Amino acid sequence: MKIFKSIWSTLGSTATYWRNNPKLLAGLILILFLFFFWLAGSLFVDLKRAQPISGLPDQSPSSRYLLGTDSNGRDVFAVMIVGTGLTLKIGFSAGIIGLGVAVILGFISGFYGGVLDAVIKGIVDVLLTVPPLAVLVVIAAMRTEAITLNFMIFIVASLSWMLPTRTIRSQVLSLRERAYVSIAKLSGMNNLEIIIKELMPTLIPFMAAGFVSISSTAVLASIGLEALGLGPQSLPTLGMTIYWAISFSALLRGMWWWWLPPVVVIVILFVGLFLLTSGLDYIANPRLRRVR
Amino acid sequence: MTVMYLLKRMGILILVIWAAATLIFILPRLATSRNPISARIGQTAGAAGYLSQNVGEMVKAWEAKFGLNQPLWRQYLYHMKDIATLDFGYSLAFFPARVNALLLSALPWTMCLFGTATLISFLLGSLAGALLAWPKAPKFLQYFLPFFLTLSAVPYYLLGLVLLFVFAFTLRVLPLYGGHSIGMVPDFSLSFFMDALRYMLLPGLAIFLSGVGFWSLQMRGTMVIDLEEDYINYAEAKGLKEDRIFFRYAIRNAVIPQATSLAISLGQMISGAILVEVVFGYPGLGTLLLKAVSSFDYNLISGIVFIIILIVAVATFIIDLLYPILDPRISYRRQVA
Repeated sequence: MKIFKSIWSTLGSTATYWRNNPKLLAGLILILFLFFFWLAGSLFVDLKRAQPISGLPDQSPSSRYLLGTDSNGRDVFAVMIVGTGLTLKIGFSAGIIGLGVAVILGFISGFYGGVLDAVIKGIVDVLLTVPPLAVLVVIAAMRTEAITLNFMIFIVASLSWMLPTRTIRSQVLSLRERAYVSIAKLSGMNNLEIIIKELMPTLIPFMAAGFVSISSTAVLASIGLEALGLGPQSLPTLGMTIYWAISFSALLRGMWWWWLPPVVVIVILFVGLFLLTSGLDYIANPRLRRVR
Repeated sequence: MTVMYLLKRMGILILVIWAAATLIFILPRLATSRNPISARIGQTAGAAGYLSQNVGEMVKAWEAKFGLNQPLWRQYLYHMKDIATLDFGYSLAFFPARVNALLLSALPWTMCLFGTATLISFLLGSLAGALLAWPKAPKFLQYFLPFFLTLSAVPYYLLGLVLLFVFAFTLRVLPLYGGHSIGMVPDFSLSFFMDALRYMLLPGLAIFLSGVGFWSLQMRGTMVIDLEEDYINYAEAKGLKEDRIFFRYAIRNAVIPQATSLAISLGQMISGAILVEVVFGYPGLGTLLLKAVSSFDYNLISGIVFIIILIVAVATFIIDLLYPILDPRISYRRQVA
């Protein structure tokens, strides 16, 4: 299979950069750490303790409650495990949806050009200047039913695909003029074949970087909405935990075990995603390698 | 700058504002399962302990009063007329108050906090980034970058929470909550200004710290590439002074991509700043938005959201118009393709 071969060779060249690219490795380790924290936690900890009134309220950390409990009687340690899983799910699901949109629009726009290109480029440019939180607040606040996890994923994905679309579009624009694309065309490949077999493999680093950046934007948007209370109220995501902690003034009451753990997990998540993005950028844009 | 470019750019500005105005018209009407009027009547009836027999007629009467029985296109035209005159009607949650009055009282706080903090963060960050790329700059700067970069990956308001905990709760050197001391009446006196400054320090610091690493990283990237260009070598060969090469030759060129990304990320940054206000209970648009969201005040939400989009659109527009001043090569004349 040609595609697998090209993926393999891309991975191979990735591995050679590995040593020159400690950021990618560090980012991967941080994200995997969170993933395994969630996995191990779900296996070994009773997650029912993350539900309200499952324990005594306002307990400080002890051997029974590793990170204490909040004012609604949730075990904060169990909440962290469930919340990490939910927030990772929001980020990566939105990343997949957003990347799908970005790849389709980017390829259409860059490869076919014309009116479609002008329209897509116009929409991207307009949406880029709009503050995402403002639009998301309207969508979430006007919703009459309770906000579900899937709805959350959908709305944060809906405003996170623009920058990767632009990157992919400009890459395709320059790639389609290359000689090997003309040769493929002359040898009778149709457009779809050229896109999938010739263009996609070269764009894998860009798509990976796009996926990470969409996930990161999506998580940022979701915890931003949740901090305003516009999240899934019945689920203990990391952002909702912070919302509850703020609205129960955990900080002023000295309940550090309530607000600090979600902050720490979110910081690990964002630093991890940030390192991954800059590591992948380093692979995708060789120009950056001059900057040491 | 040609008239054509100006017209085109203004077209985009109007397009964005029109899209925002249409968005706040359409979305509340998509939520068909809840009629705000019958909800409101039910609420009042419930609170007053009186259940009317002819609620349906009351709903109809009020719909007529609000113009909701008109065809959709006419409602849309009325809505656009209101937006064009910047009239968002009454607030539902703080009833006798109009949305405009609430916006006007919150806007100066947000503009001062967000504007000052972002500008300082942009300028200092860019300067630090330029120095990082400059071979003769002090080496100790290198050690700060990873720290500030880490901070720039953290959402503004989480940083705000931590700052609040350290400086206001534990050390008790700065105020915990609000925009000015209780009992202080906002006016233009020096004592009020000093008081407000004290309250602005922590939220401002949160916005500053999370931006500065990003700006310096990007500036360093551009500068490193610029410094290898021929015109820099030529300037050195001519025997120009160090600081002249640094400021007038290198920075001058590297500042252009900085302005571009300032324009692109303005929307993201104001979103972050609004959440910082929520954490600090700062009396700006963010805290107002939290109140509006928790009381389902559609009019107020629409007003705040529209104003935020408007601010960002106008600011981006201004940055775009400043380009030719930053970079004389961009003249916005018609290019030969």
